[in-house]
Amino acid sequence: MSTVTEAPAPAPEDAPPEVRTPPLRKRLVPYWLLLPGIAWLLVFFAAPLVYQASTSLQTGSLEDGFRVTWHLATYWDALVQYWPQFVRSVLYAATATGLCLLLGYPLAYLIAFKAGRWRHLVMILVIAPFFTSFLIRTLAWKTILADGGPVVGALNALHVLDVTSWLGLTDGHRVLATPLAVVCGLTYNFLPFMVLPLYTSLERIDPRLHEAAGDLYARPATTFRRVTFPLSMPGVVAGTLLTFIPATGDYINAELLGSTDQKMIGNVIQSQFLRVLDYPTAAALSFLLMAAILAMVTFYIRKSGTEDLV
Amino acid sequence: MTTHETTDAAPCARTVRRPGRLRRHLVTIAGLCTLAYLVLPNVIVLVFSFNKPNGRFNYQWQRFSTDAWTDPCGVADLCGSLGLSLRIAVWATLGATALGTMIAFALARYRFRARSTVNTLIFLPMAMPEVVMAASLATLFLNMGIQFGFWTILIAHIMFCLSFVVTAVKARVMSMDPRLEQAAQDLYATPVQTFLRVTLPIAAPGIAAGALLSFALSFDDFIITNFNAGSTVTFPMFVWGSAQRGTPVQINVIGTAMFLIAVVCVVVGQLAGARRKRS
Repeated sequence: MSTVTEAPAPAPEDAPPEVRTPPLRKRLVPYWLLLPGIAWLLVFFAAPLVYQASTSLQTGSLEDGFRVTWHLATYWDALVQYWPQFVRSVLYAATATGLCLLLGYPLAYLIAFKAGRWRHLVMILVIAPFFTSFLIRTLAWKTILADGGPVVGALNALHVLDVTSWLGLTDGHRVLATPLAVVCGLTYNFLPFMVLPLYTSLERIDPRLHEAAGDLYARPATTFRRVTFPLSMPGVVAGTLLTFIPATGDYINAELLGSTDQKMIGNVIQSQFLRVLDYPTAAALSFLLMAAILAMVTFYIRKSGTEDLV
Repeated sequence: MTTHETTDAAPCARTVRRPGRLRRHLVTIAGLCTLAYLVLPNVIVLVFSFNKPNGRFNYQWQRFSTDAWTDPCGVADLCGSLGLSLRIAVWATLGATALGTMIAFALARYRFRARSTVNTLIFLPMAMPEVVMAASLATLFLNMGIQFGFWTILIAHIMFCLSFVVTAVKARVMSMDPRLEQAAQDLYATPVQTFLRVTLPIAAPGIAAGALLSFALSFDDFIITNFNAGSTVTFPMFVWGSAQRGTPVQINVIGTAMFLIAVVCVVVGQLAGARRKRS
């Protein structure tokens, strides 16, 4: 842009001189391939994040316009006012992730080792629900968990709801509009994201390893604990991340299956942005959410020792 | 499939205590329960597409009727929103697949600087809650004074589908044997011929997987669309709105039809693949 010279771009300094560098046109090929896609991500993904950071430091109103005033108090006010929603989001998402792992592991194991010729059919049944819009499927839970419906009736008869009420998960003899309904919806919505990576890593395990463990007098439980589960760790890590991250920011389940007492941080961001039109608060909240998730994910990846995943 | 407790157990049957029938199938039973949990809402959607609700909401079973199936577009704006969603999904798939495949080839085939930066930039959109991306992109559009509508939705969809295409195609291209291309060149194929006749056919399943994933993600996306659509109504937006105003039975008809179409497509694809393998 500044100087116009006929000479081609200088050769990279780190290239040893004795190696014949390919012609410039060849060397530029990867950059040309990257250019459109990376430009798209820079303009519509990275730049907005920077924009959002500056928006969170603005004050003003919709009529007078917003200006950057380095008003850091927005962050403080947002935290003070909405920390219950933050805590709730993390709790709900963590519970749903745990449930997904508990429910998804047997299913992934079933597909990988036990399904035999039914494997494809089971796989189709895991993926196919995706094609019915997930909003419609979430609305179906309203029918399933309806007051006086068979599910709630059975749970009442078995006194399960008494236990969950005592735990604070439900309220009285209903499930809809309680934390249980929201967690149930979250678990349901993100279960395939747990099952698929689990299946991928389980499928890679050589079944002969199981036989070897058995030959060495390991009981099935020991085989699982010492052989199968450790080998499936990459799938566990990928699955929990793919479940936890979107679940934390989700606002659909809380909106459709919960009441005002189950609002998550996504609901707050959505209403601040689309209804209250308080853009600085919405920006500050989503920045805090992003920071919290990045911190938790980094910690988790370090802990689980699978950094090569990223 | 052959686990040690079911096969060749004869010699050690006396020494090893065989677990009970129920315990042996515990994993299978648990897995099938999870599968039921996954499929149950689809069954409900199917059953309630034959309902004739009394009020505006289709949450309680009243009586059997095929009204909605014979008149799927009977609700105002429903099929319009469906068409819009399909149009956006097609364009987003084309855009994301083209851009993503190029990036994937660059990452899988070339050494260049800023490689790890590129990898991070690809990974981040997948590791970010949708609501954060949605709000920040909408902030950009607002600040730029860009009118929300078809184009803003399309831009957003291409943005978040891109990473998934890159991941799918990159995995395929990286697992490809580079000697195949060398062989083609040894047989006097030009670089263009090599690419079209060797590289592209081998990468095709990865590209197809990425495209399919893009289509599904774009068609079903709600959160990002909600922030960047303005007053434009896609199909998920229509369903969201109807959750407040009253859910027409036609929603269930379309949901069920999409489910059935998907299953038929997959089964036909599987059968075709199996037949080709046999012959």
